[in-house]
Amino acid sequence: MLKTIGKKYGFYIVIVLFWLLMTLLGNAGMLTSHFSSLLVPMTYYAIAAVALNLCVGILGELSIGHAGFMCIGAFSGAIFSLLTKEVLPGGLRFFLAFVVGIAFAALFGFLIGIPVLRLKGDYLAIVTLAFGEIIKNVLQAVYLGVDAQGVHLSLDMTTFRMEPDGLTLIKGAQGVSGTPRNSSFTVGIIVLLLTLFLVHHLMDSRDGRAIMAIRDNRIAAEATGIHVTRYKMLAFTISAAIAGAAGVLFSHNVTTMTNISNYFNYNASIMLLVYVVLGGIGNINGSVIAAMILYLLPELMRGLNRYRMLIYAIVLILMMLVNWAPGVQERRRRLKAFLKTRLTRAGKEA
Amino acid sequence: MAMLSVDHLSISFGGLAAVYNFSMEIEKGALYGLIGPNGAGKTTVFNLLTGVYQPKEGIIRLDGQDITGLPPARISHAGIARTFQNIRLFQGLSVIDNVKVGLHESFPYGTLAGVLRLPSYRKQEKAIDDRATELLKIFDLDGQRDLLAANLPYGAQRKLEIARAIATKPKLLLLDEPAAGMNPGETTELMNTIRLIREEFDLTILLIEHDMQLVSGICEELTVLNFGRMLAQGRTKDVLKDPEVIRAYLGE
Repeated sequence: MLKTIGKKYGFYIVIVLFWLLMTLLGNAGMLTSHFSSLLVPMTYYAIAAVALNLCVGILGELSIGHAGFMCIGAFSGAIFSLLTKEVLPGGLRFFLAFVVGIAFAALFGFLIGIPVLRLKGDYLAIVTLAFGEIIKNVLQAVYLGVDAQGVHLSLDMTTFRMEPDGLTLIKGAQGVSGTPRNSSFTVGIIVLLLTLFLVHHLMDSRDGRAIMAIRDNRIAAEATGIHVTRYKMLAFTISAAIAGAAGVLFSHNVTTMTNISNYFNYNASIMLLVYVVLGGIGNINGSVIAAMILYLLPELMRGLNRYRMLIYAIVLILMMLVNWAPGVQERRRRLKAFLKTRLTRAGKEA
Repeated sequence: MAMLSVDHLSISFGGLAAVYNFSMEIEKGALYGLIGPNGAGKTTVFNLLTGVYQPKEGIIRLDGQDITGLPPARISHAGIARTFQNIRLFQGLSVIDNVKVGLHESFPYGTLAGVLRLPSYRKQEKAIDDRATELLKIFDLDGQRDLLAANLPYGAQRKLEIARAIATKPKLLLLDEPAAGMNPGETTELMNTIRLIREEFDLTILLIEHDMQLVSGICEELTVLNFGRMLAQGRTKDVLKDPEVIRAYLGE
């Protein structure tokens, strides 16, 4: 009984312990402010990596546009919070911001999924890349505001005229500012746990089996009666929705989103892909660990300045070897078996 | 009424008539063979029957229902299951999960029930697990239930494909060269399994095979294809004696 719980929820417990450790250290004043400021981003990148792994590892479709879905979640969540800043209490507003951000990201995931999921392999990757860039570029150029006359939307600064009492939501390249800072490490960890819960349970259900069957062999899946389009759309939409949740955390952490191309360009999507590949394609927990380590590493090595990207590269190569090299995999397997026999023997003697 | 009735089926690829004017009737409960030299169009007939290809002409009826032109998933729901000449398992899934995918339509709890582990999930997953285990037992695969399908030996992979096909509760089972790559001992065992599942699951079976031991051993009726056209059709004994058939197989 204890063993099955450990196997199933062990990783959740590790995350909770990590949260506890960081919170205690933080309260004791033992974390530098720089390190504390890295904790929230670490959670939303871990969440986004899980979202991407659902798409790449479980559904088997390579997407390089997931930063775009994060971007949509970030903007729609932030705009909702700005609009309801005066009306709703903080906690409820933040919760609803998640609902809005997730809903918008899911909607875009669904709409983009319709054309994109007809493509395969490289083509799909290229088109998702394009959609990610389009989303980012449009949001960087758009002006959006509300005043007594209604909603104003424009792509041109000169035609964007607001009443003095109006509320500007997106101000072109200056983006969204004044989003309340609701994100915290605790909220981030809760959303991460919920995400893991959702993805693990999805994988271990009839829908998850259907999705993975399509990944492994589309023709056989169809012949077995699986509605391929439906399950591809389901997985892609859920993946986009989770990325949207990560975006809501993002916008309510940075509060001012200017220069968003630094955060949501294709480099960001590729970085998420690096987390997924190094954590193990299809290995959800691995994505979380890889995202956390690889996000923290270059940040923590800022002191090393010139060498930090070199070290980062070496760590990438090492993680690649540990996860994917057949020789190392074999040794890991043997070590595991060896430890297992040792432990059971020790258990019997005790 | 016939379980499967195919009427003047034709398809061509770039001017080449891969299958031309193909007709056959398979009675309920029959064990029917489709044979012919390499490249005769046998697998193309399977692909037409299962909706992988759309026929240019002709009508396919399953148990009286017109299934011509339906997509593969719908044809599976209508009651045709198949195996593949080049094995197509879900390699990244465990042996039992491969069978569970086959049970997908029979236990249709919703996504939300699955994610939130509602009672309908628990109840139906239990039933799915029982049913899948039962099917694995019939094919003597229950010992390897948690193994990845990719790691099964070749013969076991062929059996798992049949188990997965049967899980979809088909009326008609199409087997594409089930004995390919098997030694005579394994072939005999396979013949027994095929007979057994026909009784057990009340199946009609259509199989493509090159192995004459298997064909003459279990098929009651045969259709012979050559260059996409029907060469002979009828009772196995008579067809195999047909000089045309012998010439197609052995040459002049």
